[in-house]
Amino acid sequence: MAIKRRDFLKLTGLTLLGTAASAAVGDLLTRGEVKAQEYTSPPEALKGKRWAMVIDVKKCKEGQKKGCGKKCIEVCHYLHNVPSIPDKKKEIKWIWEDKFEHAFPEQADEYLKEVFKDVPFLLLCNQCDDPPCVRVCPTQATFKREDGIVMMDFHRCIGCRFCMAACPFGARSFNWFDPRPYVKKVNPEYPTRMKGVVEKCMFCYERLAQGKIPACVEACPANALIFGDLADENSEVSKILKERIAIRRKAELGTHPSVFYLID
Amino acid sequence: MYNAEKVIPFIIVLIVFFTIPMWLNFGRLEAIPQPELPKKEKKCIESKEYMRAYHMKLLDNWRKKAIRENQHVYVASDGKTHTISLQRTCMKCHTNKEKFCDKCHDFVITHPDCWDCHIAPEVAKKWQ
Amino acid sequence: MLEKALKGSKKYWLWVLFLLSIIFIGFLCYLYQFKVGLGITGMSRDVSWGFYIANFTFLVGVAAGAVMIVLPYYWHNYKEYGKITVLGEFLAVAAVTMCILFVFVDLGQPMRVFNVVRFPTPNSIMFYDVIVLSGYLLLNLICGWTVLHSEYKGTKYPSWLKPIIYLAIVWAPSIHIVTAFLYQGLPGRHFWLTAVMAPRFLASAFSAGPALVLVAALLLKKVANFDPGKKAIDSLAKTVAYAFIINVLLFIFELFTAFYSGIHSHQAPIKYLFVGLEGHAEWVPFMWVATILAIIGILLLVIPYTRKNETTLVLACIAVFISCWIDKGIGLITGGYTPTPFETITPYKPTLPEIGITLGVWAIGFLIMTILYKIVLEVKSSKELVVKYEGVLYKK
Repeated sequence: MAIKRRDFLKLTGLTLLGTAASAAVGDLLTRGEVKAQEYTSPPEALKGKRWAMVIDVKKCKEGQKKGCGKKCIEVCHYLHNVPSIPDKKKEIKWIWEDKFEHAFPEQADEYLKEVFKDVPFLLLCNQCDDPPCVRVCPTQATFKREDGIVMMDFHRCIGCRFCMAACPFGARSFNWFDPRPYVKKVNPEYPTRMKGVVEKCMFCYERLAQGKIPACVEACPANALIFGDLADENSEVSKILKERIAIRRKAELGTHPSVFYLID
Repeated sequence: MYNAEKVIPFIIVLIVFFTIPMWLNFGRLEAIPQPELPKKEKKCIESKEYMRAYHMKLLDNWRKKAIRENQHVYVASDGKTHTISLQRTCMKCHTNKEKFCDKCHDFVITHPDCWDCHIAPEVAKKWQ
Repeated sequence: MLEKALKGSKKYWLWVLFLLSIIFIGFLCYLYQFKVGLGITGMSRDVSWGFYIANFTFLVGVAAGAVMIVLPYYWHNYKEYGKITVLGEFLAVAAVTMCILFVFVDLGQPMRVFNVVRFPTPNSIMFYDVIVLSGYLLLNLICGWTVLHSEYKGTKYPSWLKPIIYLAIVWAPSIHIVTAFLYQGLPGRHFWLTAVMAPRFLASAFSAGPALVLVAALLLKKVANFDPGKKAIDSLAKTVAYAFIINVLLFIFELFTAFYSGIHSHQAPIKYLFVGLEGHAEWVPFMWVATILAIIGILLLVIPYTRKNETTLVLACIAVFISCWIDKGIGLITGGYTPTPFETITPYKPTLPEIGITLGVWAIGFLIMTILYKIVLEVKSSKELVVKYEGVLYKK
């Protein structure tokens, strides 16, 4: 009996489907082959429930007067291989300095502008408690860790830039090109990024795992940056925030930033 | 089957064409890649056979655990602990990506994009 | 039926060749972008979405707009739309394909696009957008093709199709509501943060989509002896008129809220778009062109004489289409990103390769539309004998 063309095509299709399905199932099965070893966090790791940063803008100003040379930015960008791209439009930054009226545009009346005229405001990812970037990410490439850090999984980011549209703080940068040619001095202990992914500050999660505080905080000679756990009543940040006047950027948007600016 | 005298030879030609690499290298031992192993360390974090077969899955798990679950230490089957890091752990012994990773990857024509971000030791050396 | 697209006049092939050459140029530009990165576009850290996403947003509307033809025909049994219904469905197919392509070319890591499926994330609106867009593409392809195939065979479409047609009708608004939700739920983007965004999207969709079908139908009448029917054209023109007036009204409501409330941050993007802000006025001429086209479009559509005259009707539809494209495409995106979160202004201008890729995607869309419409025409004309004598159509 001769095979009809229609039946032949049907059979071929079925075979192809079967092959694909068995390959997929096989792949699923071999996933179990990974040795079920233990994973733990190192004993020296710093642990918290909601990491936060307090920035004393007056101290920062004094520090700059004494010639700190913006160590915080320099160290951070060196340690994380952040490229320095001359074109402002395609720039990548994790921590940077801006004027009061740009950091707090809705508060910037003439008087406050005058008061904070020469005061530098360090800006970085706010590590929001209710981050809109995490809400919109279609692949969970950006997500919030249990200790409050808003992480980036560069392996997973598809570069749709929805998170950049969602972030009201302009904290996110996109790799418009391969960033490597713009990394002058490289830190061999940390990766760079590839073109087409979004990046930002991650509160030095890799240093926290080694028991170290974030690099910018450690580098500041004026102690203008304070890092700690907001959920811990006795942490330094909690104590300072109870006593002094601190503001957060665009608090009215309800994202609950974890970076505070001491202004008194 | 219609046109069997044309179809079957054509199928055979196709099969031969797609298996050319196999026939060309048939029985040639020198074609098997020889990755350069570390001189100082004798043992990797798991057995040689396991690493050979599953290093990609292990690395994939590593990145998931470290980045997504904040678990930065791997306890191997012999009980030893290792920091989860491609650049700070793996490449401290395997000090040359080109002579180690690339040997097999090139042979099987697979191009993992690890090194688009992670910095190979020899690349880091040249960079400064 | 596909073989019908392989036989055609010289004009048909010239048109196809023209589209293919644009696709080729676009493809070369895309290869360049794929190699170098999205840095070849005019987008920046502050304006991180641009021309691609603007066209995507607009085309979602065009796709959804087709429902204004499908719905009366199947739901209200409005027989006059019998001939153009399939045009509407195939327009949706072409438009959704373009949408998907525009999102794809906008990705920084296109090879990872399936991560959206591998790691489904129900809290992201993008997740739903992927579902509704691909669903809509499939539904329209099934409906349009099956109905046409039945016509080809001279039978009525199978009964299992009816629920799918109804589903496609209900599905249509969803693609545009979900796309509006991409924007209107973001904190800190004042131009987008408005509940009227989804209704505005729908209104512009229901005007721009039918407008394109109208132009296409009348063009086919001229070049291919296709008669859409006088009554169908008239009804469709009314749909365009009402929907577009609602679209303009909704925008005026936005203006009222922004300027009567006096809230500076709500006014800033509108000022930037229409009069310029802090010395930046990159898109002012475009927005005024859109405004003038909108006025012309409304006038031509509202006055019965010009609405019934085919020439002025086509002009009106083109005006509406371009006006919607400027307003909902480029205006919406640049307006959303201006001013930046720092209340500064970073101007955005698409670069040449970016425009090349955009045109390439549009050409792919038009090619799909051409092929599908060609099949429709062949099938329809094989079913009736039409004679054109001295410019007048005679039917058997």
